[in-house]
Amino acid sequence: MVKNVLLLDSEGRRVAVKYYTDEWPTYSAKLAFERSISCKTQKTNARTEAEIVMFDDNVVVYKFIQDLHFFVTGGDCENELALATVLQGFSDAVTLLLRGNVDHGEALENLDAIFLCLDEIVDAGMILETVGNMIAGKVATHNLDDGAPLSEQTITQALATAREHLTRSLLR
Amino acid sequence: MAQYVKKDDDLDEEAEYSPFSGIDKGAVLQEARCFNDAQIDSRRCSQVITKLLYLLNQGETFTKTEATEVFFSVTKLFQAKDTGLRRMTYLIIKELSPSSDEVIIVTSSLMKDMNSKTDVYRANAIRVLCRITDGTLLTQIERYLKQAIVDKNPVVASAALVSGIHLLQTNPEIVKRWSNEVQEAVQSRAALVQFHALALLQQIRQNDRLAVSKLVTSLTKGTVRSPLAQCLLIRYTSQVIRESSMNGQNGDRPFYDYLEGCLRHKSEMVIFEAARAITELSGVTSRELTPAITVLQLFLSSSKPVLRFAAVRTLNKVAMTHPMAVTTCNIDMESLISDQNRSIATLAITTLLKTGNESGVDRLMKQITSFMSDIADEFKIVVVDAIRSLCLKFPLKFRTLMNFLSNILREEGGFEYKKAIVDSIVTIISDIPDAKETGLLHLCEFIEDCEFTYLSTQILHFLGIEGPKTSDPSKYIRYIYNRVILENATVRASAVSTLAKFGAMVDSLKPRIFVLLRRCLYDNDDEVRDRATLYLNTIGGDGSVVETDKDVKGFLFGRLDLPLANLEASLKNYEPSEEPFDINSVPKETKAQPFAEKKSAAKKPTGLGAPPVAPTSTADSYEKLLLSIPEFSSFGKLFKSSAPVELTESETEYEVNVVKHIFDQHVVFQYNCTNTIPEQLLEDVTIVVDASEAEEFEEVATKPLKSLPYGTPGQTFVAFEKPEGVPAVGKFSNVLRFIVKEVDPSTGEAEDGVEDEYQLEEFEVVAADYMLKVGVSNFRNAWESLGPDFERVDEYGLGPRESLKEAVSAVINLLGMQPCEGTEVVAANSRSHTCLLSGVYIGNVKVAVRLSFGVDSAKEVAMKLAVRSEDATVSDAIHELVAN
Repeated sequence: MVKNVLLLDSEGRRVAVKYYTDEWPTYSAKLAFERSISCKTQKTNARTEAEIVMFDDNVVVYKFIQDLHFFVTGGDCENELALATVLQGFSDAVTLLLRGNVDHGEALENLDAIFLCLDEIVDAGMILETVGNMIAGKVATHNLDDGAPLSEQTITQALATAREHLTRSLLR
Repeated sequence: MAQYVKKDDDLDEEAEYSPFSGIDKGAVLQEARCFNDAQIDSRRCSQVITKLLYLLNQGETFTKTEATEVFFSVTKLFQAKDTGLRRMTYLIIKELSPSSDEVIIVTSSLMKDMNSKTDVYRANAIRVLCRITDGTLLTQIERYLKQAIVDKNPVVASAALVSGIHLLQTNPEIVKRWSNEVQEAVQSRAALVQFHALALLQQIRQNDRLAVSKLVTSLTKGTVRSPLAQCLLIRYTSQVIRESSMNGQNGDRPFYDYLEGCLRHKSEMVIFEAARAITELSGVTSRELTPAITVLQLFLSSSKPVLRFAAVRTLNKVAMTHPMAVTTCNIDMESLISDQNRSIATLAITTLLKTGNESGVDRLMKQITSFMSDIADEFKIVVVDAIRSLCLKFPLKFRTLMNFLSNILREEGGFEYKKAIVDSIVTIISDIPDAKETGLLHLCEFIEDCEFTYLSTQILHFLGIEGPKTSDPSKYIRYIYNRVILENATVRASAVSTLAKFGAMVDSLKPRIFVLLRRCLYDNDDEVRDRATLYLNTIGGDGSVVETDKDVKGFLFGRLDLPLANLEASLKNYEPSEEPFDINSVPKETKAQPFAEKKSAAKKPTGLGAPPVAPTSTADSYEKLLLSIPEFSSFGKLFKSSAPVELTESETEYEVNVVKHIFDQHVVFQYNCTNTIPEQLLEDVTIVVDASEAEEFEEVATKPLKSLPYGTPGQTFVAFEKPEGVPAVGKFSNVLRFIVKEVDPSTGEAEDGVEDEYQLEEFEVVAADYMLKVGVSNFRNAWESLGPDFERVDEYGLGPRESLKEAVSAVINLLGMQPCEGTEVVAANSRSHTCLLSGVYIGNVKVAVRLSFGVDSAKEVAMKLAVRSEDATVSDAIHELVAN
């Protein structure tokens, strides 16, 4: 069903990726795919709403949050809206897990959580879970070293934190 | 890693710190030793695993020993109690995908986790275990998996179900035993469990149509909670609809109501899935289509790009088959042309191009012109393709469309894009005679300033063929000669060839062309000079207005009848010796079947590569081949060549098929033989034909095949005489006779041979062999023009048949005639069908046939056959064909 889920940085480099088919058999084929998809979507504005593009008989839905680019790829007969739901779940979960500080550095700091997150969304192509809260909840069971349990933190809160973080970095 | 170091440079002092900068595989592997510590530091171990995963994710690979070592130390981590660390342990085990002998080590730990009290452990342990396990182990854990499927915790149940879906590929017989549990899980209250259970259940039963149908029937009545499951159910439903043949002719489709009901679901995902399913129903009626189109139309104005895209993509597909149904959305489509997302805009444009009517073309083209400037080449190609088909649909509008194409041809663009435009123009020129002159001029202007050598040469070649046939060929000469002056050697050479073609075809231009070609003799490139010299000599005459020889025309315009691959192979085999290379020894048979090409030609763009006139290439090449054989050259014109009939099973020692060539008084059997044994060389290959069951035939000539080496197909022929113009039939049995020589494949030396025989299957010459498939564009006209004088009508019972479709195609094959107006397609589930056929019978007698079929509930097929032809005996003969 889902062919791959990618998390790239703003220049198309890997943060964390997961492939579920043999369509891109080698590492270089995968990289080439990532590079071209990133190149193709670079100029679009996928910040408020998820965007979509056809690419080599694949449907790719994507969304950008700060300098992180989220992609979900499916075959061309796939339900575009189902893919979009997966994408939404993925980006919501990451937002929650990074406590609203969705950026490249923060993602690398919490790479373990992101790997687990990928693992919880899709299992070998089958959609496992699409609700961001649930995914983050499953991942976050151990990430509780500071503060309240994440699963209880709502998206609004996370976004508020994000905004705060952004203003801070702007004022600096 | 280097890239992250670079990133750090880019940003200033408050640069992001990457925890992985300077990461090194060796060092991480060293660190991984901490897994073996007596006191496990779970935090540190987690970090190391993350690093390992990071390395794997960045494309780093571990050697076998490295992976094994890491795996063994990872197994120690099961002693730790930390949840987070355990999760990372699961993850790294999956990534390392240990070999089966290693799996044993973790099995017990995982099985313990599978039965632990912590749900997170259970779910994950199931997934890991199923991922790495093999069949034998699976039987041990099967019991737990069955339990897990019906577990109260949805996460555990989902994990087991999803694992079941994957295991079904490798161990279907085991997973199939779970169907009771899965059935129970389908009724689960948890949305996703239901989704996974449904997917698994359908896959378990997918080969049992009735079971799937039952499943769908029960679920469409019940409640399906998750939108994903609902989508899945819609898919299965449409599959059932596709396969079910029981619905009445005009009665309602089963389950259509369900699909329509889904259009009012609260989830957009489900609405869309249902709408798409409806549009994809086979033979969908406009009444069924309307509600689906309505919801898709609503989606077109959604704020979500994904939704707009999904809707416009589906509508685009509908427009190919039901353009009228989509016209209601045209206004919404037009507003999408300016959509931010260029994919959506392109799809909208191409949909409009498909649905637009003739009067709207001009307005649409205006809109597109402004749109073209700001999309990427790949989208432009799609638009160009759509415009080509539009032009073929509305030939009267070719002026507007051709202008558009020539305008965009002048703009900037890459090779693929320009090629698409040029191909389109060429297609339009070939299909619309009126467009020829303007089109050629546009192409001429294009090559005046064309940076792509390939396109220039292709256009020049095309000009050479089409240009001389226009009303004023002289006006193209300037463009062509300009190429000789201005371009690189490749283009110059092809311009010289084009000039020569004009010279050969247009006698009045000959003196002028001669002058131009003489100038080319001083070119500084060999090929150009050679060509100029060659053409000056072949066209002949010393620059005066004379008629060109037939031979010369053949030389200039004829195509090489040999497949290039075969020629290449023969040239490679040729050893320099006294004997010159004989081009006739090159086999003319291609291995690929060219018939398929002819079919797809209608759809595929006939670009520059394709020959401008569409010849029935196989028939042509057969005819040339036969004429080149002296024994058969007196037989006259070839009437028909059959498709090859296999006389051997495939993959036997020798593969032989036969092509039946029908002449007026003769029949020639062409046996295509292939030797599939590398150690053998066959010589003096003949076919001994026993025609005792074909009384009217008399053997007159055979042409043996001298040698048949391994792998290269060769032909041998046998000719028979038969009464003139009579469709004699008969059965022929064949024996392949040859001298076989053992060959040492390494040296190629052959030993002495022995005679041998090989029994082939027999074949028949049937009446259909005397029927030429000739289509007519308007069957009604053809039918009327033949008149009722020699009409013969009769009815036949065909007995019980598998389906109406099968009966129709059987009769078409029996008659060997060309179905007209697409009537060979039988609508699924219809109970009657009319099929129109046309053809030419031996002796050049035109025949038209009208077949009416009917089928009753017992699948008994009855047929009414009406034949009209130019000859009463032929009409009778057709009836005899069927009667036998």
